[in-house]
Amino acid sequence: MEFLWYVFAGVLSGVLGGMGMGGGTVLIPLLNIFYSVSQHTAQASNLISFLPMAVVALIIHLKNRLVDFNKILFIIIPGVFTCIFGCYLARAINGELLKRMFGGFLFLLSVFQFVTEMRKSK
Amino acid sequence: MKSGIETKKGQQNNSKTNVYAILTGAIAGLINGLFGGGGGMIVVPMLIFLLKCNPKKAHATALLIILPLSAISGIFYAAFGSFNIGVGVPVGIGVVAGGVLGAFLLSKLSTKWVIIIFSVVMAVAGVKMLFF
Repeated sequence: MEFLWYVFAGVLSGVLGGMGMGGGTVLIPLLNIFYSVSQHTAQASNLISFLPMAVVALIIHLKNRLVDFNKILFIIIPGVFTCIFGCYLARAINGELLKRMFGGFLFLLSVFQFVTEMRKSK
Repeated sequence: MKSGIETKKGQQNNSKTNVYAILTGAIAGLINGLFGGGGGMIVVPMLIFLLKCNPKKAHATALLIILPLSAISGIFYAAFGSFNIGVGVPVGIGVVAGGVLGAFLLSKLSTKWVIIIFSVVMAVAGVKMLFF
């Protein structure tokens, strides 16, 4: 039964992700708030569950020539290093604090997104 | 003759661009590693405004960037013992199913209200996680 509830959480975030709206930012709070999953586990779940769908989506985008390769290595290579650093940093922070940090980040992101969308329709 | 690489026409191509590219990647990586997500929403505006990426290509390009970063982060998180298969597998299944549904809906619904509602829900969730 619990299994199905987790599938449901995935579907919710997948729908938003499929619409191009950042499913991860739904899944992590969803898991953390309603399912009492720890922050680190929620983040890990988001990272890994995102992969299969991302691969499929990317293949489609590549076929449709929607990907811009300009400076791509300049972007990805530094990213790899900061990403690994970020992982170690997350591990060093306790779950409660990480949750709060994520919450703050989420709030800022939501304001930014809201403002951007309102500006678009003006 | 068309190549798979975007032509440089209309895009800056100087050392400032390189710095912006490095900055974009560094920030995306840090957010991805630290928070396990959300990097894409930062990368898209950076691609469009700093790197002058065609907005129509920004989401797809962001995916190309975020995918390897998420894979690496995922490996590290799993190695650190944070990954719970009992959560990850059903969620993964749901995400794939939801993703297909979402891509389908994208062509049918206006995204404006979805984004508005989504922003409000995110803000509320953010506040809850931050203070409670």
